[in-house]
Amino acid sequence: MDKQKEDHLKFADLSKRYGAKVVLDGIHGSIAERQITSLIGPNGAGKSTLLSIMARLLKQDGGGVSFYEKDITRYKSSELARKLSILKQSNHLELKLTVRDLVSFGRFPYSKGRMNAADWEKVGEAIAFSELEDLQHAYIDELSGGQRQRAFISMIIAQDTDYILLDEPLNNLDMKHAVHVMKTLRRLVDELGKTVVIVIHEINFAAQYSDRIIALKDGVIRYDDTAGKVIDAQVLQEIFGIPFDILERNGKKICNYFNL
Amino acid sequence: MKPLPKFIMLLMLLAVATGLFMLYDVDLSSSYAIDKRSIRLASMLVVGVSVAYSSIVFQTITGNRILTPSVMGYEAVFVLFQTLIVFIYGDRAFQVIGQQENFLYAVILMLGFSLAIYLLMFTGRKRNMYFLLLVGMVLGTLFMTTSQFLHVLLDPNEFSVVQNFMFVSFAKMNTKLLAIAAATMAVSVAYISVHRRALDVMALGREHAINLGVNYDKMVRNFLLAVALMVSVSTALVGPIIFLGILVCNLTYELFRTRRHAYMLVICSVVACLCLVFGQFLVEHVLDFSTTVSIIINFIGGVYFMYLLWISRKKIT
Repeated sequence: MDKQKEDHLKFADLSKRYGAKVVLDGIHGSIAERQITSLIGPNGAGKSTLLSIMARLLKQDGGGVSFYEKDITRYKSSELARKLSILKQSNHLELKLTVRDLVSFGRFPYSKGRMNAADWEKVGEAIAFSELEDLQHAYIDELSGGQRQRAFISMIIAQDTDYILLDEPLNNLDMKHAVHVMKTLRRLVDELGKTVVIVIHEINFAAQYSDRIIALKDGVIRYDDTAGKVIDAQVLQEIFGIPFDILERNGKKICNYFNL
Repeated sequence: MKPLPKFIMLLMLLAVATGLFMLYDVDLSSSYAIDKRSIRLASMLVVGVSVAYSSIVFQTITGNRILTPSVMGYEAVFVLFQTLIVFIYGDRAFQVIGQQENFLYAVILMLGFSLAIYLLMFTGRKRNMYFLLLVGMVLGTLFMTTSQFLHVLLDPNEFSVVQNFMFVSFAKMNTKLLAIAAATMAVSVAYISVHRRALDVMALGREHAINLGVNYDKMVRNFLLAVALMVSVSTALVGPIIFLGILVCNLTYELFRTRRHAYMLVICSVVACLCLVFGQFLVEHVLDFSTTVSIIINFIGGVYFMYLLWISRKKIT
């Protein structure tokens, strides 16, 4: 467990129950720095719950999350918002806000609502980074689900935190934009040294873009390893309960599970 | 029209309404009428601002533009309290309890009520805004029907005493009550104004607000208390007035497309004051007290709101 020592975002003995149902069953682990970690697993495995607890959106029933050797709940909310950001999957808003207004909220942890020139510059960069220039003056309630999703991701980019947690960021996106979002995340890690954690359902996106994969099933971590090791027919079949065929092409693994 | 001229026009309309209300058919040789009208005007402005602030804040933290704080049952508590006083003391009721004490007890009861359901909710495990609303709504309905039951048992003369408190009236206002009300109002307005930027973020919802570093649960608690304070004070002053909130908030949203609370709160206050002053003028001088200001405001405001919706519908299609 050498890896654990260097990591800053760790969770230990984490458990969560909804009524009688155990969603997380005393799990341990950590998030590798400056890498993309994908959380995979069947529905109800506890992926989103784990993500929410790591970002203080949800309270655990037992155990704790530590971030730079300090319990995450002991941080001031405004301080943590400059180091760690989270985007959940349901983002319906009935507000008259333009994309640019929305992205500018990403600067709130720094500006407290008083935006200065540097803040607006960051907003501009975030919009450019996610290629939303054409849409920046459109109202978000008039956008398609995918465009809105990209606007929210852009807000997270403007927030400029070292740790970025995303719950199913590819929801509602077509293939082009899904690839674009994943490439954007890859650039955030490779060029800007961010740490990204995503909950993801499409196993091939996890295989192509992530460095590490944490596989959950029934509230426990079954595998926590490099992507290459987890993307394995045996492992995936155990997690998802359906047969997998792993094809290799140009050193990249592609999973076929569609019709075996 | 541009937002700034639109706002200036609203201010001018308010000035005109104020002038009409103060000066229409007045005998300038005696100060009696002017004094009386000034108190009524001041109380309308105080109530208008508190209705605007409480409703906007409430709609933002509930993320819902068809709710007002009255769903929390504050007004039901007020009506039940007034009914109980009359039920116990009969028509001597307001000789036994003076106006000031009545006001004070009513405010304390309403605040106590909101604190009680709040503590019930937020110390338990289910920290959910909608559950809080539901509890408020059910208790409010319970109190309302209890009052109605007592009304049936009351002597018709005594009932007419209660009825005075069930409709909005600026007539029973006096300077001392007004001073107390204005002071409590100022505290709430100051708190909300200081934290107006947090409201902008909270409009995005709980998860986004927490992500952006707002201490959400604490802020919701404080805002709800500020709202409870304003609603209690204005209800105890002039009766159940919060109905006005839905109308003025939505007029504000439709007239101005801004979502910044710094602007929304001010604009909505002007709209609310305008509705109250103009409505009261119509009631006093045009309709000779044959109807109440609630009916006037709901009628004119409602028609205007539908007109605004009609226009925006055509713009989109």
